[in-house]
Amino acid sequence: MKFRIYRYDPESGNKPTMRDYELDFESTQPRQGKKVLDALIAIKDTLDESLSFRRSCREGVCGSDGVNVNGTNVLACITPLEGLKQPIEIRPLPRLGVIRDLIVDMEQFYQHYRAVKPYLINLDPEPENERLQSPEDRAELDGLWECILCGCCTTSCPSFWWNPDKFLGPAALLQGYRFIADSRDQATNERLDFLEDPYRLFRCHGIMNCVEVCPKGLNPTQAVGKIKALLVKRAL
Amino acid sequence: MTTMRPPKRTFDAVIIGGGGAGLRAALQLAEANLKVALISKVFPTRSHTVSAQGGITAALANVSDDNWHWHMYDTVKGSDYLGDQDAIEYMCRNAATAVYELEHMGLPFSRLEGGKNAGKIYQRPFGGQSQNYGGEQAIRTCAAADRTGHALLHTLYQRNIAARTQFFDEFFALDLIRDEAGSVLGVTALEIETGEPWLFEARATLLATGGACRVFRHSTNAHINTGDGLGMVLRAGLPLEDMEFWQFHPTGIPEVGSLISEGVRGEGGYLENKDGEKFMARYAPNAKDLASRDVVARAIAQELRAGRGCGPHGDYVHLKIEHLGAEKIKARLPGIRELSMQFAGADPITGPIPVTPTAHYMMGGIPSNMHGQVVAPVRTGPEEAVPGLYAVGECACVSVHGANRLGGNSLLDLVVFGRAAGIHMIDYLRENPIPRPLPQAEVEKSLARLARWGKKAGTETVAGLRDAMQRVMQDHCGVYRTETLLKEGIAKLDQVQARLPDAVLSDHSKMFNTARLEALELENLMLIARATLVSALARTESRGAHSREDHPKRDDDQWLRHTLYFRDFTQMRDQLDYKPVKLKPLTVETFQPKERTY
Repeated sequence: MKFRIYRYDPESGNKPTMRDYELDFESTQPRQGKKVLDALIAIKDTLDESLSFRRSCREGVCGSDGVNVNGTNVLACITPLEGLKQPIEIRPLPRLGVIRDLIVDMEQFYQHYRAVKPYLINLDPEPENERLQSPEDRAELDGLWECILCGCCTTSCPSFWWNPDKFLGPAALLQGYRFIADSRDQATNERLDFLEDPYRLFRCHGIMNCVEVCPKGLNPTQAVGKIKALLVKRAL
Repeated sequence: MTTMRPPKRTFDAVIIGGGGAGLRAALQLAEANLKVALISKVFPTRSHTVSAQGGITAALANVSDDNWHWHMYDTVKGSDYLGDQDAIEYMCRNAATAVYELEHMGLPFSRLEGGKNAGKIYQRPFGGQSQNYGGEQAIRTCAAADRTGHALLHTLYQRNIAARTQFFDEFFALDLIRDEAGSVLGVTALEIETGEPWLFEARATLLATGGACRVFRHSTNAHINTGDGLGMVLRAGLPLEDMEFWQFHPTGIPEVGSLISEGVRGEGGYLENKDGEKFMARYAPNAKDLASRDVVARAIAQELRAGRGCGPHGDYVHLKIEHLGAEKIKARLPGIRELSMQFAGADPITGPIPVTPTAHYMMGGIPSNMHGQVVAPVRTGPEEAVPGLYAVGECACVSVHGANRLGGNSLLDLVVFGRAAGIHMIDYLRENPIPRPLPQAEVEKSLARLARWGKKAGTETVAGLRDAMQRVMQDHCGVYRTETLLKEGIAKLDQVQARLPDAVLSDHSKMFNTARLEALELENLMLIARATLVSALARTESRGAHSREDHPKRDDDQWLRHTLYFRDFTQMRDQLDYKPVKLKPLTVETFQPKERTY
């Protein structure tokens, strides 16, 4: 199996290059086929120890290993090798600064996340037991709270590429809406005030790359649409 | 070597680990306006807490009649009576409050439909949970679909953002700095991006570094679960407790190891062998598929051994939930369905999930008490608090899980003892306002350990040694153990360990050198593997997850006690000590050890 992987060594003073690797994977095939992360680990363990990438859970829930494979942002750990056109090209997520090899600087992405105040705001005295929430109200959060902050969506978004410092990007907007949509949250107006901005929210032009790449099947574009609808409703 | 003084940061408290336990403790401290640093080798939401699925157990009685006494009984019984009953009472008594607190923080729990409990937190049945001290199945485990760990980890991280906890993401902790009097005064840590070592000085240090199932070849654990805090503790001359007890989760996906939650059986799923027999009825006539994890794991191992496994190699059994229907599976077990399709190639709506017992959880760890203080037999007493050092979560052994943890009790452990440690640390910091002088020699010792990986001659690779160690543990320290098997394991591990000084890195760069991190992690794993084998060989009984075929009975006369393992680094020797189980709870009557059946 042939791979072409983006390599960048910040200490060398050299420009990034694409390096070729070849792996023989036939002998140890598990029943469901190896994933891109298995290949990265095998290359690191057997061919080139210096290849650097992030990984943790290896099952698609921690969001560490977002990378660009053959032009699409994916989680390496849940992307099957089978069916990928060879040589399989693996690059870091687009638009963010590269620290080394496949490792990108996520700080901008995290800043946008923190900017939406991603925590419940409810100033009422806490009850003795749980706050009640109907299953219908709770269902409003499905498709929002499952975000794993991998960055696949935001770094696939042209609006983010053009204005990475000002446009919050799909992941942060999805989390912004996650708290607006929570029947227990009391800061909807304050949240909408923050988002009502030509850049933060309104640079989303519904291109929907985010929806296409989200490894958890979430729909940030829809969340943005709902925020916009709330803003319109509020203005009337 | 030349004297190096790494850049220093000073805090009131430093927390190592950004999973549920570390974040819960950090929150307590930050909300008390203390200056707290949280060091994590990964961005906090990448921590392994995120993989917890089924839920967090607390006797809310939202579905079935319930109270914390019954939860306590189940936990003591589940622990095969090795759990300390004072700590277990503390945990179960505080469980409901801890869950309500998470709900108030915003955790998106699933909710109950209709009836008088409409809108309350959803609860599901889990293994080993009963009403009335061993009666009917209790419905006690609170869930956010089958992604409860994700919900809990993200909620706690979000609260810490609000509380302005200071995060040092992608910093790898190296060593505790301990002075001659035994006080812990901070840690050395490697900034991963720059490759530079730092010194974090703090009057209190909390270890929340999680589990270490990566000592095994097949495990449900994340790659990052390398038990770094345990290595730090052993190097500081402190012991590890009950390291022979590792939980093998009955339902991991073969080969890849991914966890299939006990919640699947809680929702009505059941196990079948290749003859289509629901075999759990033979092993646990009452609880069947919801018996305790050690019981179910042994049952599956027996079925495989008897040639009743499924598939071409007969190396797994079937977990079936088709009868629940597509709608319920999609609503209650969406994550499981995803994992099963991605890693087992099976959609549980239409067919069985292949599962096999897989290393999952470390019941042992850093000896601590219910305030999170690390305790060790120093000077006068058997359980003296180590000044300035705390440990919570999977890396700690309180011990609330004893010889076998119940499902849903690990997330509970994180938040109950994370909070308890935070509270105790606040008092400790108030009583100890003046920092003690830092022993520079200790800092240099740690840096020398790091510098060892700069050497350029050697024949062994880190990946090769890690693989060799994992094979030893998988083959010699699995579900069933014998004296012969363990002795052979130790001999083989000796050989692997003897090769470690010959290990060399080919990558000597500084910035984000993950090869060097893996080397440092391997050093920690190797110590843990050794502690496990040595502790397991000595314990000549079967209790909970430690099943000795040559000693099949539990032996309370001799072994109702905790193992303490020390490593003497100057003599290169192992040393074992023991301490009694705390059978006396805080306020209620002792649950006396009795035969354990499900």
